[in-house]
Amino acid sequence: MAEDRIGVRKTYKLYIGGAFPRSESGRTYEIVGGSGHFLANAAQASRKDARDSVVAARKAFPSWSAATAYNRGQILYRVAELLEGRRSQFVDEVALAGGLSPADAQREVAEAIDRWVWYAGWSDKIAAVAGAANPVVGPYFNFSVPEPTGVVAVIAPQSPSLLGLVSVVAPIILTGNTCVVVASERSPLPAVTLSEVLATSDLPGGVVNLLTGFTAELAPGLAAHMDVNAIDLAGVEWSVVAELEHAAADNVKRVLLPSETDWYTDPGTARLTAFLETKTVWHPVGV
Amino acid sequence: MTFDYAPAPESRDVAKLRSSYGLYIGGQFVDPFGGEAFKTISPATEEVLAEVATAGAEDVDRAVLAARKAYDEVWRALPGRERAKYLFRIARILQERSRELAVVETLDNGKPIRESRDVDIPLAAAHFFYYAGWADKLPYAGLGPDPQPLGVAAQVIPWNFPLLMLAWKIAPALAAGNTVVLKPAETTPLTALLFAEICQQADLPPGVVNILTGAGETGRALVGHPGVDKVAFTGSTEVGKEILRTLAGSRTKLTLELGGKAANIVFDDAPIDQAVEGIVNGIFFNQGHVCCAGSRLLVQESVLDPLLDKLKRRLGTLRLGDPMDKNTDIGAINSAEQLARITALADSGVAEGATRWSPECELPGTGFWFAPTLFTDVAQSTRIAREEIFGPVLSVLTFRTPDEAVEKANNTPYGLSAGVWTEKGSRILWMAQRLRAGVVWANTFNRFDPASPFGGYKESGFGREGGVPGLAAYLAKGSHG
Repeated sequence: MAEDRIGVRKTYKLYIGGAFPRSESGRTYEIVGGSGHFLANAAQASRKDARDSVVAARKAFPSWSAATAYNRGQILYRVAELLEGRRSQFVDEVALAGGLSPADAQREVAEAIDRWVWYAGWSDKIAAVAGAANPVVGPYFNFSVPEPTGVVAVIAPQSPSLLGLVSVVAPIILTGNTCVVVASERSPLPAVTLSEVLATSDLPGGVVNLLTGFTAELAPGLAAHMDVNAIDLAGVEWSVVAELEHAAADNVKRVLLPSETDWYTDPGTARLTAFLETKTVWHPVGV
Repeated sequence: MTFDYAPAPESRDVAKLRSSYGLYIGGQFVDPFGGEAFKTISPATEEVLAEVATAGAEDVDRAVLAARKAYDEVWRALPGRERAKYLFRIARILQERSRELAVVETLDNGKPIRESRDVDIPLAAAHFFYYAGWADKLPYAGLGPDPQPLGVAAQVIPWNFPLLMLAWKIAPALAAGNTVVLKPAETTPLTALLFAEICQQADLPPGVVNILTGAGETGRALVGHPGVDKVAFTGSTEVGKEILRTLAGSRTKLTLELGGKAANIVFDDAPIDQAVEGIVNGIFFNQGHVCCAGSRLLVQESVLDPLLDKLKRRLGTLRLGDPMDKNTDIGAINSAEQLARITALADSGVAEGATRWSPECELPGTGFWFAPTLFTDVAQSTRIAREEIFGPVLSVLTFRTPDEAVEKANNTPYGLSAGVWTEKGSRILWMAQRLRAGVVWANTFNRFDPASPFGGYKESGFGREGGVPGLAAYLAKGSHG
């Protein structure tokens, strides 16, 4: 059946604290598809939007980090269910954004959904792998548990637009962190659609805050922000890493460096443990 | 009537120090290129103990090269079970020479002989013993089937637990197959130099361990050296940030164990005598020269007065003086510089309106001393409640509810340790979950063990020492990881 009606286009907005604001700066930038044609005007987030996102992420941290691992796993799995339901939409968007063939777009979206499911299952297992009961000398019960680092800023991979994003966000929030994500600069539209999925899942507002805009404008402020505990530089060029790490030193942020990554391979636990702290608790044993 | 303690000094005869020490590079003591040296003194008497070489940039080059050569040609290819035997040997020699090491540590650092004898040296040996057992079991550490060493590790350690910090750094590095260049603190180089002799006695292959003495310049040259694959630093948050900036944009692996301002939280149902002992141990152990010291005492308001009475009475019984005396509780402040820093911060407490108290306490005429000090009426905004003092100074604050205790305890950029005193088990766990600190001591304080991971949240650094996380700090996942 021919499309003889005029389509209803979507306004692509930011996702901050569970709401969908435009940039406070009122700016947008043009997103073009793989073949160079106009796709949309995405919001061009400002440094103020980034700071507002940090506030939202900090506010969400206490309750999200205190949720049970089972609960967080359930919520993440629910996100995967919703992703599955929107699969064809994501395939279209990923194909348009990256200029991918339908088969490649199918593959990316399938992998992204499966990746989300894979991480969801880790929620109540990572403590068994990264924690321990420690056999100390003397009459003490001593155990170590992994805990979330706090608020994590993320520069998402520039591509693949959806799989890269999912691969960095899921491990961060699964363990109880909250985050501020700068989406792929050139291909941010699948990220905006993902934020719509997150908003209609049971994920509390503020756990993931998603910004579209220019990495060069947003990354330095997030790297220097004193209420951000860690930063994942997956999507930045190596040439700016030194400057960002320099800024991140101000409050001893944990920094995950960009590296050559095949996003289609088994990710291992490295992205989970990168944003975990080990807490060790001692108590005397006695009657 | 009062009973005086008769002097019970430990003999110094067991400490056979040379008058001067070179740098330990490639298995030999060598003279520094620049020919410069500095004196290390006893902070209790200000007598010169020995003269120690200052390592310059060329010496750092030489040491890193020696470590690289040992890594490439010997150590990385040595089967884990063979590395293990060297580490077991070192653990045993540390035990055999423990008395000598304790005496030298106390002379050089100023800490009571009771502490170096019962804590520092046994724990140092235990660390080598623990990590020796890991050397041939790396595939079982949960880091992938084929974890790999990083290469040459540059390690810079502080003066508060000289040999113990050396053990925390060197034992896991060597077990994982790395070689090391370690710089001890300028005021406490002696046990590291004795450790170099111990490496010789153990026939450790030359270059696997290199010891460079010197001050901040030497440390800067070492951590910034391009031939280094891993940097491990324990010290102040200020220097930790400087290292972060130095290494920005490099792929050098880094772990930092930095400062702290730990809250020691006492609830109204706490076993009060036990808590008083824990408070004293928390802040006056090692003259308060402890990054995880319980320097902020948070007391539930309803028990403040009885607790302060008991605490003050207990502080009145602490014996300050000759660190070599086996009855001494509080020894000397490590250096004139540190004494000046503590004095200035304590003075700021008075200036900012807090009430200062110390027991009657006669300070020796020579050396560096600071009486145990307690501040009440402390506002959270004051320097003595916010800044790491690294001395025997306790700031007392109060709270009413558990939520308030958590909020005040976490109201710091640091996050190294915390203490909780209560008889209620569920409250201990509730608090332990909410305190943003790497170590939580419940109804105890300042306990350490090689099997127990130690390290901070937030600006107290990252990475852990002890246990599997301490090993992971020196390994990369293998190709199959």
